[in-house]
Amino acid sequence: MAKLQVGVVSPEREIWSGEADMVIAKTVEGEIGIMPNHAPVIGVLVEGGVLRVKRDGANDLVAAVHGGFISVAANEVSILAEAAELGSEVDVAAAKDALQRAQAAIEASQDDADAQLEAKRNTARLRAAGEEV
Amino acid sequence: MGAQLRLLRRRIKSVKSTAKITRAQELIASSRIVKAQQRMQAAVPYEREITRAVTGVVSNTSSVDHPLTVAKENPSRAGVLIITSDSGFCGGFNANLLREAEALRGLLESRGIQVTPFVSGRKGVGWHAFRQREMGGQWVGFSRRPSYQDAKDIADTLIESFKAEDGIDEIHIVSTEFVSMLTQNVVVNRILPLEVVETTEAPKDGPLPYFEFEPSAGAVLDSLLPRYVESRIFSALLQSAASEEASRRRAMKSATDNANELIRVFTQQMNQVRQAEITQEISEIVGGANALADSAAGKE
Repeated sequence: MAKLQVGVVSPEREIWSGEADMVIAKTVEGEIGIMPNHAPVIGVLVEGGVLRVKRDGANDLVAAVHGGFISVAANEVSILAEAAELGSEVDVAAAKDALQRAQAAIEASQDDADAQLEAKRNTARLRAAGEEV
Repeated sequence: MGAQLRLLRRRIKSVKSTAKITRAQELIASSRIVKAQQRMQAAVPYEREITRAVTGVVSNTSSVDHPLTVAKENPSRAGVLIITSDSGFCGGFNANLLREAEALRGLLESRGIQVTPFVSGRKGVGWHAFRQREMGGQWVGFSRRPSYQDAKDIADTLIESFKAEDGIDEIHIVSTEFVSMLTQNVVVNRILPLEVVETTEAPKDGPLPYFEFEPSAGAVLDSLLPRYVESRIFSALLQSAASEEASRRRAMKSATDNANELIRVFTQQMNQVRQAEITQEISEIVGGANALADSAAGKE
């Protein structure tokens, strides 16, 4: 079966690239699963989404992806994230801490957009690291 | 010790300490260029992918009609983003940039376009503040190590004033392009409105695929184009950072060389003066001894 060539890049560095069987990402319309020979598509990713890359004979690659795009063409998948972090790179303690702070800020004032964004991002980071949130 | 000798010794000491400083700056800059170059390299994949995505979207939609791509027929106001450095000690880096920016300003004004400068880097901000030029925006503190967030801040301000009703009609960017360790060029680019180049040429790697869009072509373009502008600005910031370090290394190297040359000249002068003093002392002693001997001979 054909394989997907996947590249996860952020403006500051290339985060991961390699072969995969399936890519699951979350666009503004909902979750999208890409398998080999998928039709060309360009989608806008949500803020604080979790990206899952299924590979043969290896654990799934999970990453927290904040904003950006997914573009699929001819079995090449590029994920252009404004910021992204592999699940294995997430500092769980720091993310939990940041999430708590953000939640406290949201409780203090409902329309704190920054805090809500922060909460979303850290939830995604924790979920990417395999924590239950 | 003669006064002249003391003076020369003092100057040599001071030049030596200056040379130490410039030498240290040179070494720091050399190590930083490597890092800056690595960051430039790291940003390349994203830039390539986003350019491909933009090309994909634009070639799939029959008519590109987006606020960021529409050029006004009679532009009356322009913004110029000038990317300078935060610290000095980098030779003609900022002077060259500002000269080019002034030339661009002159050119635009001769066409009846009013220019608003947007300045990044402490040196450029100082330059504009001294001349009491009003700035549309200023950013300082990251010229050596720009992050994507910095580029985003700049892009947000620029795009906002571009979209505003009585805002600016076009945006140019004056920055330094890093060609190699020895060559850095000042370049002027127009970043907004984006130019859509229509071509009938076939793309190199086969025809572009027919994309589907989530949620829609318009929405994708809406969020893709600002990212593209951000990535262009980010790349300009990174190149500028590498160029700054390269030009600092060069300036500091010639400063160190000059200091060493000065030390050489002063040491030579000092030796001459010292030798002249010794010669004079000897001839004084000999003269004195002779005079004594003569007077002793006269008594006998």
